[in-house]
Amino acid sequence: MRQKLVKWLLIVLGTAFLGVMLVLPLATVLVYALRQGWETFSQAIAEEYAIKALNLTLLATFITVIVNTTFGVFAAWAISKFQFRGKQVLTALIDIPFSISPIIAGLVFILVFGRIGWAYPLLEAWNIKIVFALPGIVLATIFVTFPFVSRELIPLMEAQGSDEEEAAALMGAKGLLIFRKVTLPHIKWGLLYGVILCTARALGEFGAVSVVSGHLRGQTNTLPLHVEILFNEFKLTAAFAVSSILVLIAVIILILRNIVEYRVKREER
Amino acid sequence: MFSLKMHFKKQNNSVIPGFGLSMGITVTMLSLIVLIPLFSVFLILSDSTFREFWQVVTDKQTIAAYKVSLSCSAIAAVINVVFGILLAWILTRYKFPLRRVLDGLIELPFALPTAVAGIALTTLYSGEGWIGGLFAKAGIEISYTRIGITIAMIFIGIPFVVRSIQPVLEKLDPQYEEAASALGASRSRIFFKVVLPEILPAALAGFGLAFARSMGEYGSVVFIAGNIPYETQIVPLIIMNKLEQFNYPAATSIALVMVLFAFVLLFIINLIQAQINKIARG
Repeated sequence: MRQKLVKWLLIVLGTAFLGVMLVLPLATVLVYALRQGWETFSQAIAEEYAIKALNLTLLATFITVIVNTTFGVFAAWAISKFQFRGKQVLTALIDIPFSISPIIAGLVFILVFGRIGWAYPLLEAWNIKIVFALPGIVLATIFVTFPFVSRELIPLMEAQGSDEEEAAALMGAKGLLIFRKVTLPHIKWGLLYGVILCTARALGEFGAVSVVSGHLRGQTNTLPLHVEILFNEFKLTAAFAVSSILVLIAVIILILRNIVEYRVKREER
Repeated sequence: MFSLKMHFKKQNNSVIPGFGLSMGITVTMLSLIVLIPLFSVFLILSDSTFREFWQVVTDKQTIAAYKVSLSCSAIAAVINVVFGILLAWILTRYKFPLRRVLDGLIELPFALPTAVAGIALTTLYSGEGWIGGLFAKAGIEISYTRIGITIAMIFIGIPFVVRSIQPVLEKLDPQYEEAASALGASRSRIFFKVVLPEILPAALAGFGLAFARSMGEYGSVVFIAGNIPYETQIVPLIIMNKLEQFNYPAATSIALVMVLFAFVLLFIINLIQAQINKIARG
C-alpha cells in the first residue's frame, strides 16, 4: 500500500516537473501564436521576410547536413575500422565543438574571415564575402553540429567489428562497394538518427549564427534570428507565429527520433 | 596540419581499403572547420600583452558575469540532478500511462530551437505570463532576474542528466535490491544504500554535461536574462557586447577563458565516464 503511494507520488512529481518545464513553454508558443486569430497568424507566417528567412534556414541546414554526414561517415570509417596511433586524440578533437559556446563558435570565424581576420586580405583581393553572408552562416552552423553524425556512427561501427568488411575485401571488393553492401545495411538507422539530430540543431542554431550573420533583413536573417527581431520589436504574436513553424518541425523531429531510436536499439543487438 | 597526418600512422596491416582516403578527409575537414579557426584565437591574442589580457579577463564587470554564470549553472545543474534521478527512476522502474510520451518529451530541449525556447520562457515567466503572473502577485519577479536565468538553464539541462542516468538504471540488476529487501531493508534504505551509489557516477557526469552546456548557452538564456551589468549579465552576453563594440581582443580574451574552463570540465567528465564504463563492463 505504502509502496504504491510512493510510486504514484513520484510519478505525479516527475510529470508535474516536465509539465511545467517543457509542456508549458510549448503551449505558450502555440497559444500566443493564435491568440489574435487565424488571420493574423497566417499573415505573420506568409510575410515576405519570414519566408525569406525560412528559405535561408532550410538552405543552410541542407548544406550543413550534407557536409557533416560526409565527414561523419569518413571519420567513423577511419576510426572504427583501423588501428592507429593517436586515435583517442582524434576522437577528442572531433568532439571539441560540443564543449564550445555557440557565441565562441561564431567568434572564431570572425577572427579568420572578418575585417581583423588573417584571411581577410585574401578574401578582399578575390572579392569574396564570408562573414555577414551565407558562407559565414553555413560555416558557423557546420561548426556547431560538426560531431553529430560521427558520434552516432563510431560506437555503432565499433560494436559491429570489421570481420565482414575484411571478408569482403579479401574477396576483392572495392571500398565503396564494401561500404554500400556490407557496412551501410548495418548502420542505416544509426546514420539516420545522427542526421536527424544534426538537422534539428542546424535548423535552430541561434548564437553562432547571430554572431556571423550581420542581421540583414531579407538577406542574412535566418528564421531563429527573425524570431529574435520580432520579439525585440514587441511583435509578440508574429514572433510566436513564426516560432510555431519551428515548433512544428521540432515536434516532427522528436517523433521521428523516437521511431528511429527504437530501430537503432534493434540494430545494436 | 601535415605533421598531424603523419602522426596518425596505421599500425596493423588491415585488408580493408580506404584508410588513406578516409583519414585524409577526416583530418582535412577537422582542421579547416574546427582546428584552424580555433587557433585564430591565439593569433589575435598574440598582438596583446599578457597584462592587457589579464586586465580584460579580471575586469570587475567580467568577474561579476563569471559569478552569475557559475552560480546559476550550478544551481540549475543540482536541481536537474535531483529531478533527473527521479525521472530516470520512474521511466525505468514504473509502468504508467503517458510513460512513453514523457520519455519522448525529455529530448524537447535538444529539438526546440534555442531562440524559441528563450522567448517562450521569457513570456511564460514575465509579469503577464501564466506562471510569472502568479509569482508577481507574491512580489517575486522571475523574468529578467537570476531566477529566470536559472530556470532557462534547468530547461536546457534536463536531457543531459536523465539520459546519463537512464541506461545505468536499466542495466542495474534488480537482484541486489531484492536481496536487500529480503534482508529486511526499507525501500528508502535500499535506494540510498544500494541504488544511489551505483548511479552516482552517471549523475555526476550528467551534472557536468548540464553545467558545461548552461555556462555556454546563449539562445534560451539571452532573452530571460536582463543583461544588467553586475546583476543578470552572463559571460556569453559580455562576449556578445564586446563584439558589438568591435572590441575583438577583449571578446577573444574572455572567450579563451571560457574555452579553457570548458576543456577542464570536459576532461573531468571523461574521467568519470571512463569509471562508468568500467562499472558497466563489470
